Amino acid sequence: MSSTVLITIISLSLLAFMSAVILYFVAQKFKVYEDPRIDEVQAALPAANCGGCGFAGCRNMAEALVKADSFDGLNCPVGGAPVMAEAARILGKIAPVVDPTVAVLKCNGSPEFRPKTSSYNGASECRITASLYIGETDCSYGCLGNGDCERACAFDALHMNIATGLPEISDDKCVSCGACVKACPRNLIELRKKAKKDRKIYVACSNCDKGGPARKACKVACIACTKCQKVCAFNAITIENNLAYIDATKCTFCRKCAGECPTNSILELNFPPKKPKIEAEAETANV
Amino acid sequence: MLKTFPIGGVHPPENKLTADIPIEYLPVPENVIIPVSQHIGSPANPVVAKGDTVKVGQVIASGKGFVSANIHSSVSGKVSKIDLAPDSSGYRQTAVFIDVEGDDWLDTIDRSPDIVRDIKLSPEEIVKRCLESGIVGMGGAAFPSHVKLTVPSGKKCDVLIINGVECEPYLTSDHRLMLERGEQILAGVTILMKALKVDKAMIGIENNKPDAIAGMTRLAESFSGITVHPLKVKYPQGAEKQLIKALINREVPSGRLPLDVGAVVHNVGTAHAVYEAVQKNKPLFERVVTVTGKGLTKPGNFMVRIGTPLVKLIETAGGIPGNTGKIINGGPMMGKAVTNTDVPVVKGMSGVILVPGEESVRERIRPCIRCAKCVSACPMNLEPYLLMSLAERNLFERAEAERVTDCMECGSCSFTCPAGRPLLDYIRLGKSNVIKMARQRNLK
Repeated sequence: MSSTVLITIISLSLLAFMSAVILYFVAQKFKVYEDPRIDEVQAALPAANCGGCGFAGCRNMAEALVKADSFDGLNCPVGGAPVMAEAARILGKIAPVVDPTVAVLKCNGSPEFRPKTSSYNGASECRITASLYIGETDCSYGCLGNGDCERACAFDALHMNIATGLPEISDDKCVSCGACVKACPRNLIELRKKAKKDRKIYVACSNCDKGGPARKACKVACIACTKCQKVCAFNAITIENNLAYIDATKCTFCRKCAGECPTNSILELNFPPKKPKIEAEAETANV
Repeated sequence: MLKTFPIGGVHPPENKLTADIPIEYLPVPENVIIPVSQHIGSPANPVVAKGDTVKVGQVIASGKGFVSANIHSSVSGKVSKIDLAPDSSGYRQTAVFIDVEGDDWLDTIDRSPDIVRDIKLSPEEIVKRCLESGIVGMGGAAFPSHVKLTVPSGKKCDVLIINGVECEPYLTSDHRLMLERGEQILAGVTILMKALKVDKAMIGIENNKPDAIAGMTRLAESFSGITVHPLKVKYPQGAEKQLIKALINREVPSGRLPLDVGAVVHNVGTAHAVYEAVQKNKPLFERVVTVTGKGLTKPGNFMVRIGTPLVKLIETAGGIPGNTGKIINGGPMMGKAVTNTDVPVVKGMSGVILVPGEESVRERIRPCIRCAKCVSACPMNLEPYLLMSLAERNLFERAEAERVTDCMECGSCSFTCPAGRPLLDYIRLGKSNVIKMARQRNLK
């Protein structure tokens, strides 16, 4: 009885020892060298794995950062400047300054401005609705309101507003990963340069129709009247395909264009309330 | 036993309300909107300008490339503008707007009622005439017919199949055409046979149209090579691949065309249009449209000029009933709801159905209960529940491996689903993404 136990212990120990020896040599032979800095950089990244940098996840981004000669074109929108500076410190490189961005919705077609002309009760996904037909309103460019962007957002930054039927983006939560941009079948979401105090001024419309049909479909549609372009002193506004666009890198937030817009399609957000009109005019005259 | 296709299929309530109502000519409207893209393939290029006077049958937009079709004016009058106009999906497309003045036809069109049987044109000339006359498949898909009549070298067609199935519920336009224009259709079939150089043509008609079967069989006796075959009533028998399987028991492989098994399928409406184009020199500018619905006071089958606003048709049929929930362009199974009654009648529009409110609402979506009814109903041997899940989760590579592109969007799966799941909606999404993926792959 005791001899059986003994034999078992000895034979198994021998087997284990032999395997260990073989495995040691195999491990030496097939060792893969991995730069230890990849782990370090990965630890510095936010671990959101959102894909906002263009890579599949934070690990791939870390590998790319370690491999890259310079940081140009590599940016973690979630972590922003502090994270990139930390990665640069680990790797002994310089992180270029990248302006933080935030998502904005280029449509303001709530039911009060854009009346419903039909009702849809099929599969409630924007990508399906868009391939089927124009949507519940007469605007073939605007928000379909089925919330593909909301489902795409992994940061709880985007929620559908039931009253307006449009998504609302909370600036403090948005990390500008671009998931909603990809999810929107009508390309309504843009990542715009962030400004002080989350101030924003942008054309909240994507309608490329001529003025008449655009206005008919929605009261706050851009009709490409070029008034904003004319009033802009900084050449920040371009008009293409019957649609105005404000370049966030050139815009100085003078807010003149918003006042000119006859359809109120230019939205100004997070500004202090405007002074009474006469004073404001006097002020501009003094300047 | 009547012939039919063996796999899948459903039998929705037929509701052929207008089967006994003769075709009525709709008065020419005051203005028409003629879209330049009424067919599968590249849109035609407008060749008229604002202010031009046009005659009935004149080319107003010429086809661009091989898979395209000419567009002809369906009225005489003045071109008021060339602008964007919403199509039945609501998206705006280029169209020619014409204000009607009189009804002045081109002199080249033979308007006599005589039926001309002997064919003077050679096969090549017939194909050319179809191309010039803008003939497209009249069954609904609107695929340019001259493409189907051009047999590529190395392939051989030995039988022409004529689709008189009309398996969609409600629609009766092909049925009426067979009853009233049987001889013209058969003369058209003879022309198609000559163009394809075949000596055999088979007309498939579902058994719910006994009068059409009897009439066509009697008429076919005086034409050589044409036989009429009654088929069991089953949707979607009017689909090319199903009809080929039912009639000649050949199976078109996945991703291939009927021509790969030696068959070409044309609709009876197309045969009629080909007859008019070849023997009467009349391009395709009018068609039969069934206007029907349970609430309509005067439903019927109307011969309508292309470009007539839908609202004119509905007015003639008694106006929109108060409880209408949806207006469908096409059949109830494959048709699509229109967003606006100002949209024009196009070449591929076989019917307009006004569905009452309570019937137009889709079922509430509930979880899949794994009953596999959709699998049994699918005529293409696919697994709709799986394809839907794959598309929902963006797994398009797997959807491709599951042959999502074989789906012809007949809707049998959604029709049969006891849980009200929007199977076809998602399969269509998967299909379009897979096609996009394949196109990108080919570019690389």
